[in-house]
Amino acid sequence: MHLLVCGGTGCKASASDAIVETLKKEVAANNLENEVQVILTGCFGFCEKGPIVKVLPDNTFYTQVKPEDAAEIVKEHLVKGRKVARLLYTDPTKNEHISDSKHMGFYRKQIRIALRNCGFINPESIDEYIARDGYQAIGKALAELNPQQTIDIIKKSGLRGRGGGGFPTGLKWEIASKNAADQKYVVCNADEGDPGAFMDRSILEGDPHSVIEAMAICGYCIGATKGLVYIRAEYPLAIQRLKVAISQAREYGLLGKDILGSGFDFDIELRYGAGAFVCGEETSLIHSMEGLRGEPTVKPPFPAESGYMGKPTNVNNVETFANVPVIVLKGADWYSSIGTEKSKGTKVFALAGKINNVGLIEVPMGITLREVIFEIGGGIKNGKKFKAVQTGGPSGGCLTEKHLDTPIDFDNLIAAGSMMGSGGMIVMDEDDCMVAVAKFYLDFTVEESCGKCSPCRIGNKRLFELLEKITKGEGTMEDLDRLRNLSHVIKDTALCGLGQTSPNPVLSTLDNFYHEYLAHVNDRKCPAGQCKSLMQYVVDAEACVGCTACARNCPVNAISGERKKPHEIDTAICIKCGACIEKCKFNAISIQ
Amino acid sequence: MTKVKSLADLKKMKETLQSKIDLREKGDASESLVQIKVAMATCGIASGAKTVMEFMMEELDKRGIQAVVTQTGCMGYCYAEPTIEVKLPGNEPVIFGYVDTKKADDIIEKYIKNGEFVDGIIPTNYETIDNK
Repeated sequence: MHLLVCGGTGCKASASDAIVETLKKEVAANNLENEVQVILTGCFGFCEKGPIVKVLPDNTFYTQVKPEDAAEIVKEHLVKGRKVARLLYTDPTKNEHISDSKHMGFYRKQIRIALRNCGFINPESIDEYIARDGYQAIGKALAELNPQQTIDIIKKSGLRGRGGGGFPTGLKWEIASKNAADQKYVVCNADEGDPGAFMDRSILEGDPHSVIEAMAICGYCIGATKGLVYIRAEYPLAIQRLKVAISQAREYGLLGKDILGSGFDFDIELRYGAGAFVCGEETSLIHSMEGLRGEPTVKPPFPAESGYMGKPTNVNNVETFANVPVIVLKGADWYSSIGTEKSKGTKVFALAGKINNVGLIEVPMGITLREVIFEIGGGIKNGKKFKAVQTGGPSGGCLTEKHLDTPIDFDNLIAAGSMMGSGGMIVMDEDDCMVAVAKFYLDFTVEESCGKCSPCRIGNKRLFELLEKITKGEGTMEDLDRLRNLSHVIKDTALCGLGQTSPNPVLSTLDNFYHEYLAHVNDRKCPAGQCKSLMQYVVDAEACVGCTACARNCPVNAISGERKKPHEIDTAICIKCGACIEKCKFNAISIQ
Repeated sequence: MTKVKSLADLKKMKETLQSKIDLREKGDASESLVQIKVAMATCGIASGAKTVMEFMMEELDKRGIQAVVTQTGCMGYCYAEPTIEVKLPGNEPVIFGYVDTKKADDIIEKYIKNGEFVDGIIPTNYETIDNK
């Protein structure tokens, strides 16, 4: 028998170490050491009800266990075989105790569809992919469905593009299929550029065949015989695995001429991107593949009419493709039973920032931010207070506490002033300054703007300068108005998606954290203590013993004072590096 | 390599491959092997998965344990990289996080040899499409 005690950060904070200790003692006291092992595990992802103790092999799931409960668990459950009812998880909807964790609704929070094979199969073995239903979907489409029927399945499933915009995938395919041409193209957008998002890389590294299969299905649907994967050169492992997978598929005849004896030809080539954010925008991406500058062009014409080499082209992102084979195999109804009314299926999120369980998760649409951050994500690091979560990368916005219970889907996120984007979720705590966060994203956009249209090229630069002025404590109330006005002008006039969404981080922080902007402007203070220009390092003369440790470690000699007498910091010289605080053993230096 | 010529061929192939894997996974305990998967996406490799994989292969060999060590993609537990999955014959697979060579040694000695768990197990907290 095994007793698994959750050792996630959240449970550790509520004494799971002590629980392990007392459980071990009780096990020993009952002479069960040879039969029962007490083990500290990683996070169960159920931090709200922690600490968790799980008993194997019967899967009993105890919640909110205290060290005092150890004796009862051992005596009752292990010795007498009776479960301790008061510690069992209670189903909130039915008000029943649930003893077996397999029946807990909680474990239905994550469903892996796009990530179904990641971490299960060897990505360099086509056999393992085939053993898990791989290439059955293209087989089914070729043998049993005509292109329009296949498109209908995708349409009916409600799948929407996972790259950011959320355009209905089936509709996109249908438009491309209706445009007649001698040559059409299927393009996979693997130019994942949002800071903090890495699901596309993980899918290509963990399950490259699923993308290849889906591209072939798309080719069959729209009448294309050529597929191109536009992938950034910074993803060498993904490129390598994709190459291996493509050559294996060719060897098996699953790419190439006359696939599965159906007469359908399809093959895939790779195109490398140099890692420009704007090349994730489909028209820029196509230009980049054509050997031109990665700059967007006005739509229409949409790529479905005139894309790569002027031919009808369908562009989808990696995660979108990864969903397709399962939908074709399991059917539209199965897929559309998951998710919300207008956003079906699941979404992969990359959880990052000040969160305990940094990781890749796949959840059904409609889950709340609270469930994602506090249950699956294990809550905020170091017991700090949640402040905001940034979704959608540089095009998205910051959501706050009041959005925690909003169901996440494409439309709700837009209504809340952010967007789904590619699914990066960066969690921020009380130590993050929201003005600095907006500045960080603007810095990114300024760097990545292709420069073709002036609202984006010049406007974003001006936004960045205004934010810099504010973080330096030189901002005025007029600047705040200017920020808002300019943001709206950029949104309305920029050429492509990058420019039209780049002011979102500014607008959403202005809306949700106006008081922080005010503090910077009126009080010349940064409430989170992040903006260096607004901070001052001060020595507390009472606490300082004059050990000289700070003065000796100051890189710019800003600290002076006699031995054994209180020291002083010359704020004019101080570069606010924090070295003195680190060295002071008496907590005599503080930031004001 | 022979080409797959039709859907029927592919289905047949799937059956064979699946039963091969099933045999590997559910076969008689005395005959089947310990299976280890190491999460080897860029992030896993960056936190040392390659070293762990090499260590596992070498040490299992040295200690005379019959095992298959393969690579797999990202398991999603970035906070606990490197992560590995160990499947003992006839048992449910178990995922271990924070695996360095010392932990790997522990896993071989305690879990693989004696079936005793070691600290750092990561509980599975998602559903797969197979049971949905």
